[in-house]
Amino acid sequence: MIEIGLGHYLTLGAIIFFLGVIGIFLNRKNVIVILMSVELILLSVNINLISFSIFSGDLLGQIFTMLILTVAAAEAAIGLAIIVIFYRNKGSIRVEDIHEMKG
Amino acid sequence: MLAHAIFFYFFSILAIFSALMVITSRSTVNSVFFLILDFISVGCLFIMVGAEFLGMILLIVYVGAVAVLFLFVVMMLNVAQQKQSWFVGQKSTHIPSGLIVSVLILLELLVVVGGWKYKENIMSSSNLVIDKSMTNTHSIGSVMYTDYILYFQLSGVILLLSMVGAIILTYRKRENVKTQSYLKQISRDKASAVMLKDVEFNKGVKIDD
Repeated sequence: MIEIGLGHYLTLGAIIFFLGVIGIFLNRKNVIVILMSVELILLSVNINLISFSIFSGDLLGQIFTMLILTVAAAEAAIGLAIIVIFYRNKGSIRVEDIHEMKG
Repeated sequence: MLAHAIFFYFFSILAIFSALMVITSRSTVNSVFFLILDFISVGCLFIMVGAEFLGMILLIVYVGAVAVLFLFVVMMLNVAQQKQSWFVGQKSTHIPSGLIVSVLILLELLVVVGGWKYKENIMSSSNLVIDKSMTNTHSIGSVMYTDYILYFQLSGVILLLSMVGAIILTYRKRENVKTQSYLKQISRDKASAVMLKDVEFNKGVKIDD
């Protein structure tokens, strides 16, 4: 309990990953919250990579974390741009209103 | 060691609570604020565990850029007062299956973490051993700009691509807006711009005839 090891950090990453996944699956109203859930998932991946990097003494995980940060920033920018043009065309970003592709 | 445990539990409980609030909060602006709180607490965890550079980068990039971008879009799209609520979809049949799948994912991850064993010779298989005599920023920089320069450049290209994509997606041409046309400006010559006239005494020149 007192000794904080790798398992604690991995559990934290697993819980945050779970919250992100459940936010994507169960959110029925707002697309922006889905994007925020994707950010949560990427954050949990970063937690995993950094804790492995620290506890196994290998620097490579931190380099990969930098790349994931870049991809997450790019994904947020593109996703928000798509949401902005969808709102401009439709006037709404509710999840129920997005059914153009009949998926 | 006790301080490490206390700070770990404090920041991780804060992170889990704010992640929960991100997906359950009724107003989207509150979700963004809790997302910022989540990034800050996880950044503090990174700094605490020994990855100072990435913790500070998380604070700067996420809290300073991404979360503020979310806030900007939320406020610009006027969805701030659009309440989000759960389990209200009239024909949302995939909520039970979504719940089952997410709980299964959590259980699988916890089983993997719980039954996980540290490999004995894991240190010998590493070729980028963290040097304790250098600071974290120094060691990341000495690796990133030498051995992993291609990945670094590639991430720059990804950022450029996302910038171009976002601009192209949101760009629109407006009608009836006066703009400057460089081509017209520089393609004027003397014959079309200047006209010489003999003006008689006591008579003016009629323009626009």
